[in-house]
Amino acid sequence: MTRAVGVIAPGPLTTIQDLGRPGYAALGVGRSGAADPVACRLANRLLGNRDPAAALEATLGGLTIRAHGPVTVAVTGAPCPLRRDGRPVRAAEPVRLDTGTTLELGTPPTGLRSYVAVRGGFDVPPVLGSRSCDVLAGLGPPPLRAGDVLAVGTDPATPMPATDVAVTAVPFGSAALEVSPGPRCVVADLRPLLHGRYVVTADCDRVGVRLDGPPLPTDAGATAPSEGAVTGAVQLPPDGRPIVFLTDHPTTGGYPVVAVLTQRAIGTAAQLRPGQGVRFVPAVPDRVTAEPQG
Amino acid sequence: MTGPTAHPYGERAVLFDFAESAAVLTAYDVLRRAGRADVVDLVPAERSLLVLTPGRPRVEELRAVLAAAGAAGDEDRPSPLVEIPVRYDGPDLDEVAATLGRSREDVIATHAGGAYVSAFCGFAPGFAYLTGISADLQLPRRASPRVRVESGSVAVAGHYTAVYPTASPGGWHLLGRTDASVWDLDRDPPAVLTPGTRVRFVPVEPR
Repeated sequence: MTRAVGVIAPGPLTTIQDLGRPGYAALGVGRSGAADPVACRLANRLLGNRDPAAALEATLGGLTIRAHGPVTVAVTGAPCPLRRDGRPVRAAEPVRLDTGTTLELGTPPTGLRSYVAVRGGFDVPPVLGSRSCDVLAGLGPPPLRAGDVLAVGTDPATPMPATDVAVTAVPFGSAALEVSPGPRCVVADLRPLLHGRYVVTADCDRVGVRLDGPPLPTDAGATAPSEGAVTGAVQLPPDGRPIVFLTDHPTTGGYPVVAVLTQRAIGTAAQLRPGQGVRFVPAVPDRVTAEPQG
Repeated sequence: MTGPTAHPYGERAVLFDFAESAAVLTAYDVLRRAGRADVVDLVPAERSLLVLTPGRPRVEELRAVLAAAGAAGDEDRPSPLVEIPVRYDGPDLDEVAATLGRSREDVIATHAGGAYVSAFCGFAPGFAYLTGISADLQLPRRASPRVRVESGSVAVAGHYTAVYPTASPGGWHLLGRTDASVWDLDRDPPAVLTPGTRVRFVPVEPR
């Protein structure tokens, strides 16, 4: 029997995401994929799924699903309170859902995006090799709606891994984003950015996060030819308030890029929510440490 | 053998600068065909090529590959030629002609007489920026962009012309329409006007 997961309520925005569709950037198609790839990978790993299994990316929780057939899920990312048929269950560990059982994601007290993986992966038709929903390009499966039924793939051959505890960290309070200088900048150019204190605006989606704060100096009127941009690029539009590119960013951009987030900071940026404080800190090359505090 | 200037761009990318668009396309072609495991994605643009890598980019190695290709010069590999049939009945045709102080027929003949090359894609999937437009046809974008431009619209702005692959907002001047599809997910590659492709516009009678 084929198993599936029904969507009872999608919450503010839930999309299907895997690790994106690399290889098409020259055609104007960005990579897309989970905005917080570390959290998405963890959810799949907890279930023994191989990359790049597709998971659900819930924005500010609010998602309720029902199992059609027995499935096992795991939730990571922003720490939503979880209820299975009304009773609390824990995040970051496998949760068995028998036929007809519901799983409800409450509103996370911190962070923005939670990932719901299912053992076997969500088996929706891929577009250009990926099951990711790219909200900018309009590619991939559309955002979930109540009544959707999502097929679940076959269990991986590998057994369910044994996990005692999976440690995850989502920034609480003000977040620190590690940056290195942009492609046409030197370390000294970072100084004004590092001194600024910023706040996440409501203009914050999978494409990018617009910050408010003291405007940074810009070469107003300077026209640079547009060039390729990366996830984590910190763009400076003419108003001097930085925009951090997330995974659905346009493939090219015309504004100066003053800084670039480290890979780790990209996941942190994907968990920023409107009103949250942000500061930028210099990346220490090749440093391997715990999550930044603060 | 100096090679292009390389700008480090975070932990997983490097940006190479070039003096002209043709050199960008040569570099793009060389790296695309090399099929290197350490190249995840390539983003050619007006004067630069962004190389996305799975880990820290091996900048000097990539630069050497590009330098060698640049020294070897353009190979005699013909770029594909795509002909796009166009009905020159766009809503901005008269305004463009008036702004440029030329006749409508003259604008059509100039646009259709050009030999274009897809320099890079951006803005939307399959949206190719075609270079080679006559200096007589160059004008800035419209003062206020349209909320919706139909797919297949053939348009000009600045030193580019383009075919809108899908319906989208747009600020370019619309000269005509084509029934040719330049973006189709069921094709491989889905884009017709891939970087380096040569393009000609062929006037057809308005319906």
